[in-house]
Formats: sequence, structure tokens, C-alpha cells
Amino acid sequence: MSEFAIQTKNLTRYFGAKCVVRDLNLSVPRGSIFGFLGRNGSGKTTSLRMILGLLSPTWGSSTVLGYDSQKLPPDVRARIGYLAEGHPVFGWMRVRDAEAYQSRFYPKWNRELFHSVLEFFRVDPATRSRNLSRGERAGLCLAMALAPEPDLLILDDPAIGLDPVARRSLLESMVYATRKADRTIIFSSHLLADIERMADHIAVLDYSVLRAQCSLETFRSCVQQFVLRFDSTPPELPAQIRGVIQCIQRGNQLRLTLVNVTGETRAAIASMNPTSVEEVAISLEDAFVSYLGGNLETIRLPDRAEPATVAGGVS
Amino acid sequence: MPLEISVATGGTTPIWRQIADQICRAVATGGVVAGEQVPSVRALAEQLVLNPNTVARVYAELIREGVLEAQKGKGVFVARRRAVYTKAEKLRRLEAVLDAYVNEGVYLGFSAEELHEALEKKLRALEPGGKAK
Repeated sequence: MSEFAIQTKNLTRYFGAKCVVRDLNLSVPRGSIFGFLGRNGSGKTTSLRMILGLLSPTWGSSTVLGYDSQKLPPDVRARIGYLAEGHPVFGWMRVRDAEAYQSRFYPKWNRELFHSVLEFFRVDPATRSRNLSRGERAGLCLAMALAPEPDLLILDDPAIGLDPVARRSLLESMVYATRKADRTIIFSSHLLADIERMADHIAVLDYSVLRAQCSLETFRSCVQQFVLRFDSTPPELPAQIRGVIQCIQRGNQLRLTLVNVTGETRAAIASMNPTSVEEVAISLEDAFVSYLGGNLETIRLPDRAEPATVAGGVS
Repeated sequence: MPLEISVATGGTTPIWRQIADQICRAVATGGVVAGEQVPSVRALAEQLVLNPNTVARVYAELIREGVLEAQKGKGVFVARRRAVYTKAEKLRRLEAVLDAYVNEGVYLGFSAEELHEALEKKLRALEPGGKAK
């Protein structure tokens, strides 16, 4: 069995002249919880649909559970649970009819699990799907994805529109889903609190381009913030400082947000002769917002041979 | 007394560090005693709604450091304090931590009095009933 549940190679998709996913090289380790991040319209859903074989790429390829995405045999498809964006359901079907319908497609269907997820989200099986609240719909879609006991769970923005209680139920279900050994979960989200709780690894998509792919811990440690204090007006940043994604001046102080700090970076900072240099702790949200809002001219994708790095900085 | 752990997202402290700090603090203040069982990885992950790998990594680290111990088939417990280190080794470890504390403090520009005060505050917080930071 491959060590990766999903692997993509230069996966690219154009819609007309617009490139929505560009040369995506994603590797989702088996058994991990993988957070897929990116601003609205970055190409996350398109990427997931190509990975599932629901959409064909313009070029490039992908494999899921070791099989070519575009040629998934039915028995492999049965091992994948998919929660599509927007929690789509057949509005006219009652929940119990939706179960009867859906379960026919799968060799394995855990009825007990389906119903306990429904119960967890307080869904009455007699309800027509179009009358479900957003949270209840999410519960139904999650129950549908989990009942076949998949090896791979793909959740596209599962928390969208959910109130805090339903969101908590969703997260608890995800933790519960890890009870199956080697089950891989990939979920896309904007909610950094959820990423912080759940993700082992993350990938950050920024308008069609993959900007980072690493463990959450690596991402956190790669983005660092320093406060430099000076006697008078701070000098210009020296050209040798690489990896600056944000530089804010306030009075005689500079707040620098950097990626991939090396000894060289520190030396370049020291060469500015600040009166003091303080490294300040930064929250995941601030790190992420700075990173995605920051100034990128060149993008350096991590090589398989290199330790994971976070692409960034002005070259 | 059972172990009470809570985590908060959105802060500057990573979740794994919050868990490790709280467990170590509980052990240091006697909130949990040697031989007392702590929740299993899965139980704590489900209780705190976290990736079980995060909890597993914290536990592995604390077991490695001798704060916790795993008893096969039984669960994870607070380690009985064993004389793992000689007095000399303990002093050597303390020296290393003190060096880091003093050097960093001086580099950041704090005075000796300020450093003393910061240390006093931390020690006071460890006392039972003291306000934990």
C-alpha cells in the first residue's frame, strides 16, 4: 500500500482562458488528517473534484488510494467518502429514503453508524431533505459519507454555514472517524481554529498555485515575527533579508514577519543595528493571514528531497 | 484528583504545548499524584476534540521525559518519581536552563531585579492555590 492516499502530478485545470489549478503536486499521507486551505476561489473544490475523477484535468494526473483518478474502479470508489461543497441532497427525498437509495451503491453500509450520526445531529429520518436545517443537512451528508466505512474521507468545506453547535458536532465526528486505523481525512476549510485542532498536515492554495505543503507544526515554526527597535527612524531593509512577507513600521519600531529564518537572515537583521530584537509569538491565524496576504514574487515549491519549507519572500 | 485539561485555539501557544504544560503543572503541584491514571490518548482527543496524533505526540514526549509512563494493557499513568538522574546530572541540567534564562533575559535588556521578579512570580504561581499563568 502506498504511503500516500492521494498524489497529484502537475494537476492543472483551465476554464476557458482562466487557470484555476496550476501544476498542483499534492501528497496526502495515508492515515493523516490533511487540511486544505486557501482563499475563496483558490481552486480547492476544482482540485478535489479532479482527484475524485468527477472532473478531468487540462493536463497532469492524480492517483487516489493508488489508482488513477480518471479510471477509478467501482470497488475503489466505494472506499471513498465524499462530502461535496454546500452539502447537496436530493430535496424531495426523505432522509430514510435517501439512505435506502445511497446504500445500494455500496457493498458495505453500516446502518448503525448512519443512524447514530443522524442522531448526533438530531436528524429525524422522516424529514424531507429540503426541510432540513443547514446543520442537519451537514449531518445527513456526513452520515452518507461515513456509513460505507471509507478508507478515505474527502470533506469539501464541511463547516460552511454551520452554527457553532453543528460545527462542534462535525469536529467530534471527524475525531470519531479516526478510530478506523489508517483512515485518511482531507478537509478544506477557512476556519483556522478547526485546522488548529484537527490537521496534521496542511496545503495552502493561493489562486491556483500551491504555496505551502507541510506539517502544521512546520508551518507555524516557519513563520516568525520580530520586533526591531531603533534609536531613530528605522533604516531600509537590506537586500539580503530573504523571506519578508510583511514589514510594518510604527514610530521607531519595525514589526517584521518572515518565513524560513536562517542564520543569514538573523545576520542581515543584526546589520541594521537595532537597539533590540525581540522575537514575538504569533498565532496561527496571524501567521496565515500574513502569509497569504504577504508579498510574494517568487514561489519555491518544496522538493521531495528537501525538508519541507514554506515558500515565501521577495527574492 | 482527576486531570483537568482545557485547550484554546487562536492563541500564540500551540495546542500540544498547552497540553504538555498543563500535565507538567498538574504533576509539579501535586494536582495529580504518582501512579494516578491519565486519560488514554483517544479519550483525551475525543474529550478535547483534537487530532489524536497531537495527543499521542505529547504523551510520547512526556513518557520520554519520564513525566508519564505507559503500562502495557493498562493505560497511561503519572510516573513514579524515580531517581533517574544523579545529583550532578540534575545540577548540570539546571545550569543549562539557568544559562538560557539569564542569557535571554540580558539580551532582551531586562535588569537583574526584573529577572528576579519574573522568576519569583513563576515560583509563586506553582504553589497550591497560586494563580497559574
